[in-house]
Amino acid sequence: MTLLKLESVETHISQYHILQGVTMDIQAGEVTVLLGRNGAGKTTTLRTIMGLNAASGGRILFKGEPVEKLPAYQIARRGIGYVPEDQGIFADLTVDETLRIAMKRGDPAARERLSWMLELFPDLAAFRERKSGLLSGGQKQMLAIARAYVGNSELLLIDEPSKGLAPIMVRKLVEALRLMRERTTVLLVEQNFMMAQAIGDAFYLMDEGRIVSGGSMAALNEDHELRRKYLGIA
Amino acid sequence: MNSLLNLIVNGLATGMLVFLLAAGLTLIFGLMSVLNFAHGGLFAWGAYGGVWLYGLTGSFAAALAGAVVIGMLLGWVMERVVIRPVYGNHVQQILVTLGAMLVLSELLKVVFTPNPLKAETPAWLSGSWDAGGVILIKYRLFIILVGALVYIGLTLLLRRTRIGLIVRAGVANPDMVQALGINIRLVFTLVFMFGAGLAAFGGALLAPYSGVVFSEMGMQFAILAFIVVVIGGMGSIQGSALASLLVGLSGALMAYYVPDLSLAANMLLMVLVLLVRPSGLFGAKGGGA
Repeated sequence: MTLLKLESVETHISQYHILQGVTMDIQAGEVTVLLGRNGAGKTTTLRTIMGLNAASGGRILFKGEPVEKLPAYQIARRGIGYVPEDQGIFADLTVDETLRIAMKRGDPAARERLSWMLELFPDLAAFRERKSGLLSGGQKQMLAIARAYVGNSELLLIDEPSKGLAPIMVRKLVEALRLMRERTTVLLVEQNFMMAQAIGDAFYLMDEGRIVSGGSMAALNEDHELRRKYLGIA
Repeated sequence: MNSLLNLIVNGLATGMLVFLLAAGLTLIFGLMSVLNFAHGGLFAWGAYGGVWLYGLTGSFAAALAGAVVIGMLLGWVMERVVIRPVYGNHVQQILVTLGAMLVLSELLKVVFTPNPLKAETPAWLSGSWDAGGVILIKYRLFIILVGALVYIGLTLLLRRTRIGLIVRAGVANPDMVQALGINIRLVFTLVFMFGAGLAAFGGALLAPYSGVVFSEMGMQFAILAFIVVVIGGMGSIQGSALASLLVGLSGALMAYYVPDLSLAANMLLMVLVLLVRPSGLFGAKGGGA
């Protein structure tokens, strides 16, 4: 079942035409990886879906409903969570305070999701009273993912979670995202191809603001020419 | 000793009044990145509103509450009409808020009178206490008490409530707060109204302290408040509180001991702090409380 559909989405940021007709289908229950070189438009795609950059053309349908004209907070309320590339940590707030803000009022499932996140990321449970700005890079990433998940469990947009992390932390994240796949849908932007291979079900490949290829991750694993041309790896 | 204690009380009282103005200013800047040069105008409207309401009702509490309502209503109109079109553009913000400051000042002359208004101190706050030879003026102690209570209340609000957490998170990263399903625009409006209400409250408290209110008084205090916000660190209530007291005390002590330097004292203090800590005493963004 298609959870999120982008139809010819265009995005301009000041005079720059960043997204030039992006079309994608994200299937429920899958991890879809958005790949491409730096500057291809991956982050802008996530920000446009989230409503943080306005789409100047095309349509974005979430659960069949158009969301491209909605402000970011309404898109979030419909069930889309966002983990930005810089993690967007509230440095002055503790881990506990951050997670409290993210939990929606009157959402009976939020407590259960919080408990599961603390189980999945024991570091967060251990440092609940610590200021978020004092966490390590990996812990900040865990907090950013947990914050998005406790408030919005249907679709998570995660931007380069492995960036700047030690290999052991990347392995922990891969493990966590594998488990999260059982409960939610993920659209993941990732430069680390090993990580993308490890958890992706499907992929889209972007170049210069356009989708140039898409399909199953297994197909990409076989297509050495595509990988070499757009990702620079054999 | 008597004069030193009196200078300290004066300095603390002035500092608390500046804090009431600076607290709103720092939150508005920290959360909304808006340079509001009209904040002093709201302070002046609070002063005039307080004097008018006190004359009308004879109740100081009603005058203070009414001034807050006037400030919040003006803040609401200002945020929607003046500030909203210039979000994200500091140059335009300076121009339109300076313009709004002039309009607010001139409107005071139209609505009330072009002449300064005399402000009465309520009977129960008039006079002084003699504490072992030290004369303590009741109204100044009252201002210090009220300022301290506002600081404690604000700190609790920001630390212990959900809206406080949202404001602190918004100071650090407004986009991310939106992405959590929170209407940051509404939070902006509420914070702006709250800041305007605090400024008006400060103005209403100042009126009996200075004994007279005049339409240009806002600009005079707004400059002090901007100095305080810069010294304390943008977005930090704690920083503003400390900086307000420093500015109040340095102003009072310098005026007495080194009068020639009294006007420059606050500027020198700001330069000194910025040389040592360029982001202010309590850092730049992220220090919401």
